[in-house]
Amino acid sequence: MIRDFIKSREAILVAALIALILVVESRFSGFAAPGNLASVFNDTSILIILALGQTLVILTRCIDLSLASNLALTGMVTAMINAAMPGVPVIALIAIAIGLGVVMGMFNGILVWKLDIPPIVVTLGTLTIYRGLIFLISGGEWVNSHEMGEAYKAVPRFDLLGLPVLSWIAIAVIAGFAVLVNRTALGRAFYAVGGNPHAAVYTGIDVGKTRFAAFTIAGGLAGLCGYLWVSRYAVAYVDVAGGFELDVVAACVIGGISIAGGLGTVTGAVLGALFLGTIKNALPVAGISPFWQLAISGAAIIIAVAFNAQSNRKQGRIILKSAEHAS
Amino acid sequence: MTLTRRFAIGLGIAASLMGSTAMAQDNVRIALVAKSLGNGFFEAAARGAEEAAGELGNTEIIYTGPTSTTAEGQIEVINSLIAQRVDAIAISANDPDAVVPALQKAMQRGITVISWDSGVAPEGREMHLAPSSDELIGQTIIKLAADQLPEGGKVAVLSATSTSTNQNTWIEEMNKVMDQYPDIEVVATVYGDDLADKSYREAQGLMQSYPDLDAIIAPTSVGIVAAAQAVQDEGKVGEVNVTGLGLPSEMAGAIESGASKSFAIWNPVDLGYTTAMIAHALATDEATAEPGAEISTGRMGSVTLDDSNSAAMSEPFTYDASNIDEFKGIF
Repeated sequence: MIRDFIKSREAILVAALIALILVVESRFSGFAAPGNLASVFNDTSILIILALGQTLVILTRCIDLSLASNLALTGMVTAMINAAMPGVPVIALIAIAIGLGVVMGMFNGILVWKLDIPPIVVTLGTLTIYRGLIFLISGGEWVNSHEMGEAYKAVPRFDLLGLPVLSWIAIAVIAGFAVLVNRTALGRAFYAVGGNPHAAVYTGIDVGKTRFAAFTIAGGLAGLCGYLWVSRYAVAYVDVAGGFELDVVAACVIGGISIAGGLGTVTGAVLGALFLGTIKNALPVAGISPFWQLAISGAAIIIAVAFNAQSNRKQGRIILKSAEHAS
Repeated sequence: MTLTRRFAIGLGIAASLMGSTAMAQDNVRIALVAKSLGNGFFEAAARGAEEAAGELGNTEIIYTGPTSTTAEGQIEVINSLIAQRVDAIAISANDPDAVVPALQKAMQRGITVISWDSGVAPEGREMHLAPSSDELIGQTIIKLAADQLPEGGKVAVLSATSTSTNQNTWIEEMNKVMDQYPDIEVVATVYGDDLADKSYREAQGLMQSYPDLDAIIAPTSVGIVAAAQAVQDEGKVGEVNVTGLGLPSEMAGAIESGASKSFAIWNPVDLGYTTAMIAHALATDEATAEPGAEISTGRMGSVTLDDSNSAAMSEPFTYDASNIDEFKGIF
């Protein structure tokens, strides 16, 4: 039954996404063309990858606000290495980015696991720490496109079977997540830990360790995105992806990932990210005043949350009918 | 304003933070407050201020600012500078009004306060040094686009936030001289919020909405870089020329690829230099900030204050393929 429920929610999200694309198409013809939709998907790839990482964390009743700072720091590190040592191959830089992201994710995870600090506090702290580190290592200097190697910038743009590599990476991550979340013990443990931590302990799941794993995976993905972001926009500076952590959380929420944990799907997160990404891409071409753009994004989030709250409302069970009448 | 010589004794944390030595007691300490740290423009201005300090002698430049571009952050910085009892504060404000009370407090304590680059409301400063006049900038940005379009064409503006004072004034000034360019049509003004990703997306949107667009004018350093990258990625180099205001070090790639033929910026090194010169002159009572006053600014000549006690340094300088290599290493 729950399965049907979730299915229907995703169906609604797909319908909303199609409706959105059609509305934009009516104002700006050519938006719904396959080529343009592919470029919207490509533009949303980074958001999708991060939203999937965030999904794992939120499933375990945690939240990671440091993802965007993690992304910015790893992006800056790879850009600086590339600028200083052009000989280092891009694949090594990607490995460094993922490794560094994993370390930052593990740091969050350790604090949540071993010191039992609320995740929102931990990641609010590391959000500023990671952001501050960028300033320390870069001294506030930008790394500009002409300082980056051609290969460094070319990888996410490289065309493979009609789609840029950036899109393929997102597709690979989505596929990996579908397997991880649905087909592995760890994946099911994320749901168990978020759904009912106490019950999870009795089934032999280590709650802290599972959360640690979620933070680590999310951190690694943020690291990967760090490279992708900096190479896509061909510039690294302190404020890269400032405020992006909130977009990531918003994508999850729109996708029906319950902030209370234990509820949500990979498809939902991907659709949530696509919905937000479509809005971001549509607003510039739809000729809507910038003053409305933020309001529209915000309204979409609230509608999604209101809808989720409605559908997640548990059917009450009356156990003591007489007692209720007495009161 | 009389200059009171301050003693390091008793300054406690402030003094130790600044690394003051016994010699520092006689130094004129000028605080250069940036919109935010980590911006190449302000780093370059700080270098210019150091250059002025070297020429003046006995002058110490304290380059500081918040880590993000907020007025709140600047107010904290101002308060800490008041506690450190600097001799002069020269600020590029994130908000013209929000920082006024803190700066008034500084002036009451005998600190010389001037604004530079992005101004402060007149009641919050003694004078303002604009890098260039708004008229000159507005005229320059449209001229840069028009010079590449002898046949006329369609141009669009990619600005920072819709509320940023600088950009709005420049666009206004640009519109005032549009009648000199009858063949140039400004088709849209969009806002990239000085975020690389949003600016990139807005630039893409412009090229989609106006397939025959000829130029994008971005009077903001983040926007111009993002727009140039978007033009390159869309394969429209040669069709769409990106121009506006940017930094040579950040724009070198765009000039090289041809996405941008030319752009302009005042020289931030000169701006920092001039700011420090003026702050020093006012703090040592060599000059007074009053309408009509002429203040000597070393190698930059001099500036003259207008009725609202503001002055313009010089007109923006144009950078293109011929001089980009010379300047990209500087700022």
